[in-house]
Amino acid sequence: MNTEAQSQKSLLTPFNVIAGLILLMGAALTVWRFGWGIGAVTNLDNNNPWGIWIGFDLLCGVALAAGGFVTSSAVYLFGMKKHHAAVRPAILTAFLGYLFVVVALQYDLGRPWRLPYPFVVQSGTTSMLFEVGLCVALYLTVLFLEFSVAPLEWLGKKKLRKLIHGMTIVLTIFGVVLSTLHQSSLGALYIIAPSKLHPLWYSSYLPTFFFVSSVAAGMSMVMLEGWISHKPMHKVMSDDYLGQSDDLNYGFAKGASWVLMGYFFIKVIGIAADNEWHLLNTGWGSWFLIELLGFVLLPSFLFAIGTREKNLKLIRWTALLTVLGIVLNRLNVSLIAFNWHLPSEMRYVPSWQEVGVTLFVVTMIVVSFKVISSKTPIFYEHPDYKDEH
Amino acid sequence: MKRRNFLGLMGAAGVSAALPTKAQAGGNVDFEGYPGSKGVLFDATRCIGCRKCEVGCNEVNNLPQPEKPFTDLSVTETTRRTENEAYTVVNKYETSGGPVFRKIQCMHCMEPSCGSACFVAAFTKEPSGAVTYDESVCVGCRYCMVACPFEIPTYTYNDPITPKVIKCDLCEANMQAGKIALPGCVNSCPKEALVYGERDELIKIARNRLEANPDNYIDHIYGENEVGGTSWLFISGVPFSEIGLREDLGTVSGPELNSGALSVVAMVPALWPLLLAGVYGITKRTDKINIKEKADAVAKAISETQDKASADMKAAMERAANDKAATVKREVAKVVKEAEEAAAAAAGGDGETEEEGA
Repeated sequence: MNTEAQSQKSLLTPFNVIAGLILLMGAALTVWRFGWGIGAVTNLDNNNPWGIWIGFDLLCGVALAAGGFVTSSAVYLFGMKKHHAAVRPAILTAFLGYLFVVVALQYDLGRPWRLPYPFVVQSGTTSMLFEVGLCVALYLTVLFLEFSVAPLEWLGKKKLRKLIHGMTIVLTIFGVVLSTLHQSSLGALYIIAPSKLHPLWYSSYLPTFFFVSSVAAGMSMVMLEGWISHKPMHKVMSDDYLGQSDDLNYGFAKGASWVLMGYFFIKVIGIAADNEWHLLNTGWGSWFLIELLGFVLLPSFLFAIGTREKNLKLIRWTALLTVLGIVLNRLNVSLIAFNWHLPSEMRYVPSWQEVGVTLFVVTMIVVSFKVISSKTPIFYEHPDYKDEH
Repeated sequence: MKRRNFLGLMGAAGVSAALPTKAQAGGNVDFEGYPGSKGVLFDATRCIGCRKCEVGCNEVNNLPQPEKPFTDLSVTETTRRTENEAYTVVNKYETSGGPVFRKIQCMHCMEPSCGSACFVAAFTKEPSGAVTYDESVCVGCRYCMVACPFEIPTYTYNDPITPKVIKCDLCEANMQAGKIALPGCVNSCPKEALVYGERDELIKIARNRLEANPDNYIDHIYGENEVGGTSWLFISGVPFSEIGLREDLGTVSGPELNSGALSVVAMVPALWPLLLAGVYGITKRTDKINIKEKADAVAKAISETQDKASADMKAAMERAANDKAATVKREVAKVVKEAEEAAAAAAGGDGETEEEGA
C-alpha cells in the first residue's frame, strides 16, 4: 500500500499531467495532419509556403542545439578540459534537438517518406537545402555516436564504448565541420530570395550571421539548461558537475559576450555593405534595432558585467535574453520580415494546430531529456569509467 | 549533365571561390541558354482581358471548371494569383494610363530559381525553353515556392497522400507529343497579345514595336534581363510596377545568387579540420609543456630540498663530529687532569701513605 501511494504520487506531478495532456493533443494533431493533409491543420498558402514548423522548429531548433558542438569543441579541442562534465548534457540536448527537428520536419514535408530521395534517388546539389539535409543527417549520426557512450556505459557494453570513446577527437572535429556547414546553410537558404526578405535582414552575409549567432545561442542554451535542470536533476548530478558548473558559466558567459560582440559588428557590416542606413529610420528599422541592440549588444554587455562581477544570476538571465534574441532573429528572417512586401491580409499567422504541433515536439524533447538523463550517466560519471577523459 | 547541376557542382568544388559573385565555371565561358529556345511575348497594350487564354489553358491541361464561369470578366478586377486549378490568370490594373490587363503565369526563367533551390532537382530548363517539374521525385519541401521571385508555384496542401507543386509548364508534354503546335493560352488569344516563338526573335519583335510606337510603350522589355532573363517577355504602355510586375528583382539569377555561398562550402570541410586539429595540437602541446614544466619544477624542488637536507646533514654531522671530538678532548683532558691530580695527590701523600703504611 505504501509503495502504491508512492508511485501514484510520483506519477501525478504537475509536470507529468501537463506533459501528458500536450502529448495527447499532439497525437490527435498528428492523426489530423497525416489523415487530412497539411492544408487541414495549417495556415500555409501559396504565398507563404513556410510557417513556424520551418521558422521555429527547424531554424530555431538547429540554432539552439548548437550547444553540442560548441561545448564538445571547447572542452576537447580548445583546452577547457576541466568542464568535461558539461559535455554530456550538451551532447544529449543537441542530439535530442536535432532528432526532433527531423521529427518536426515530417509534419511539414508534403511526402515525408521521400526524405531520403535527395540522397538515394536524385540529388539537387545546387540547392542550399541539399547541403542542410546532408549535413544534418551526417551530424545527427555524429551526435548519436557521441551520445551513445552514456547508454553503452549504462548497458555495460565496454568494448563498443571504448571504441567510440576512442574516436572522441575525430567526432568532435567532424561535428564542428558539419555544424559550420549546416548552421550557415540555414541562413543561405534565404540568399535566393532577395525580393522577399526585408533588405535589413537580407544580406549576402546571411550564412555567416547564422553561424556566428548559433555559437552564442549554443553557449547560452548550455547555461540555460544547466539552470533549468539544476533543481529537478540535482539528485543525479555529480559533485564534479556541480563543482565546475559556476566556473563553466563564467567561462561561457565570457565567450558568449565576445561572440555576441563579433556578431553585432558583422551585422553592422551587413548594413554598411548594402548601404541600408536610411532604412533604419523606418518602422522596420526600429524593429531591426530592437533585435540588434536589445537582443545582441545588450546581452553582450550583460555577459561581460556578469563575468566580471561573478554574478551568476545576471549571467543566467542574460543567457535567456540571448536565446530569445536568436529565436527572434530566426523568426524575423523566416516569417516576420519575410514576405514583408505582401499586404497584411496576405501575411501568414500560424494556426493553433501549428502551434500545438510545435508545443508537442518541444514537450517530447523535454520528456526524453528527463527520462534519459535520470537513467543514464549524463550528469554524473559511471563509476567504471571515472578519470577517463 | 544539366548546366545548372554542372555549375552547382563546380561551385561546390570551389572552382568559383575566387569569383564569388559570378556563376561561371571553367574559366571565362558563359552559357547564354539553349540556342533556339522558345518563349512567349505578351503585349499589355493589346490585351483586352477576355480570359480566353485562361480557357485555353484550362482545356489543354484538363483543369476543373472555375466557380465563376470564364465569361464572367468581373473576376479580373480582384487581384488574383496562380492557383492549383489555374496555371494562368489575367488581372485588370487601374494605372496612370487607364485600365490595363496583365497575364500571370510561370515566367520560365532562363536560369530558374526553383530549379536552383530544389534538393531533388525536380525542375528542368528544357531545350524548348519550358521549365518543367517532375512530381515523381518531389519531397514537398516547397523551397521552390520560397525561391520563386514571381510567386508562381502553388501546392496542393489539402492532399494528404500525393501533394505536389503545380505551375505552368508551357504545355511541354503536349507540345513535345505533337498534340498541339502552340501553348494553350497563346493558341486561344484572339488579339495577338501573345506571340510564341524563338526568344531571340521575340526580343527583336518587341524592340521593333517599341521603336515603331515609342509613344505607346515604355522603353523596356520586361524579362529580357530580369532575374537573369525569362522566356516570357512583357511589353507595356504603362510602368511595369503598375501592372503588378516588380521592378526591384534585379538582373541576377537565383543560381548566381547562390553560387557565392556554394563556393565556400568546399572550403569548410577542406580547411576546418586542419585548423581544428592544429588548435587541438597546440592545446595538447601546451598541456604537455605545462605538465613537463610542473614535473621539472617538482624535480628541481625535490633535488634542492635534497641538497639542502644533505648539506644540513653534513653540517650536523660535522657539528656532531666536532662536538664528539670536543667531548673526547674534554673527557680526555678531564681524565688526564684527574689522572694528574691523582698522580699529584699520590706523590704528595706518599709519605702519608707510607706513614700510614709504616
